Amino acid sequence: MQDFGAAFSQAFALILSGDADLMEIIGLSLRVTVAAVAIACAIGLPLGAVLAVARFPGRMAAIIFINALMGLPPVVVGLGVYLLLSRAGPLGPLQLLYTPTAMIIAQTILVTPIVAALSRQVVEDLHGEYDELLRSMGARRFGVIATLLWDARYSLLTTALAGMGRALAEVGAVIIVGGNINHVTRVMTTTIALETSKGNLSLALGLGIILVSLSILVNGLVMGLRSSAARMAYA
Amino acid sequence: MHDLVRSAALPESGALSTPGNAPVIWPVALRDVCFTVGGKMLIDRMSLQLTPGRRSVIMGPNGAGKSLLLRLTAGLLQPTAGKITFGGQAADDALRRRVAVVFQRPVLLRRSVAGNLNHALATYGVPRRERAGRREELLALGQLEHLAERPARVLSGGEQQRLSMIRALAAKPELLLLDEPTASLDPQATAAIEDLIGQASAAGVKIVLVTHDSGQARRLADDILFLHGGKLAESAPADSFFDNPQSAAAQAYLEGRLLL
Repeated sequence: MQDFGAAFSQAFALILSGDADLMEIIGLSLRVTVAAVAIACAIGLPLGAVLAVARFPGRMAAIIFINALMGLPPVVVGLGVYLLLSRAGPLGPLQLLYTPTAMIIAQTILVTPIVAALSRQVVEDLHGEYDELLRSMGARRFGVIATLLWDARYSLLTTALAGMGRALAEVGAVIIVGGNINHVTRVMTTTIALETSKGNLSLALGLGIILVSLSILVNGLVMGLRSSAARMAYA
Repeated sequence: MHDLVRSAALPESGALSTPGNAPVIWPVALRDVCFTVGGKMLIDRMSLQLTPGRRSVIMGPNGAGKSLLLRLTAGLLQPTAGKITFGGQAADDALRRRVAVVFQRPVLLRRSVAGNLNHALATYGVPRRERAGRREELLALGQLEHLAERPARVLSGGEQQRLSMIRALAAKPELLLLDEPTASLDPQATAAIEDLIGQASAAGVKIVLVTHDSGQARRLADDILFLHGGKLAESAPADSFFDNPQSAAAQAYLEGRLLL
């Protein structure tokens, strides 16, 4: 077991050296996470808004189902995507298993319910305020949803942030469908798991520090944006 | 200024003649309209007819059903019994679009003043190429040009209500329903809103205004609809209503006695 202090100093040295392998892992992590969150937002935001605004039989069941999906175990999602993409699976011919695309698919499945459920609540609250106005203006359903999504944009950033937090920290699903292949599907979380098991704490710690720093940075940016929007009475 | 209202914000030919191919909404008629919540009859078999031209002011104590009547007319609530017709037809989306509403508390989008007007013009189906011109004319009408880029929700109460008014007028309505639009405003802001109401009325928009303020009713009303206990207690020209109210409820209300 390495000395804890030494591991930290080696970790910082690794970060400061701009190690190529480290940068490759960080770059792939960000690409996969940003792509998954973007796709999840493209699906989840309109889905959440429709659940907030529309009234149809089974709406409450749909909301409960989406809320329940927020707690999806990542390994179960990983297993499901693995079965879909494996050679014998229905999407096997696409040969996506052990590729970054497979990781994006798994993360999208994990993040979409989070975005949809949280945005449903945000949009529903705003709809309560705007409902009579928009109806008195004769706004059509699509216009109502577009108005609500745009006016809730700063609150919805927090929703996307929650999704990004889930995606960045995720390890169970991506390790199953990505395989943690060096220079192909190795991302920060899977590398931390691997290097810790090998006893290489400096790289694991270095990645952990970067992961936490990224999370703080993104949170800080979003909070800054929200507070300036609130000052302008846009949030 | 009236010319500006007519040409910029309101129906080009005035409300007395329907603009373009818009559907005819007159008369707006309520027949035996009831509205019940939890077994309590809040609007009780109310029948009345709104025709273009004269300004109608709805008065009455709290709980009389004034705001409910406005919401029912605007289609924001559906009557539990009775019928509301526009030009003899059941209301549809096209007919409802000839009606605009201004609420007591302005509901403004989380956008700039200009952004709120852009949204309204887009919602009302104004072609994109015409929106900038219409927006500028509406801003001038509300004397809000200098605040165009200001976030709408940081405006003063009076400015917010002026924005609500010009946003409603962006619809080029034939019927403008106003639910106590000056309830929490100071005299100066009230005067600005009353001026806008006067301009809209002069341009031919039918005004139906709910107010608790007898002074405002005297200034603005041609006709008074007096509601009490969910019923239309009295309907009369303003002069005769204030000089010689016929119903006991109206007499008590005007004398400042508590109506229990």
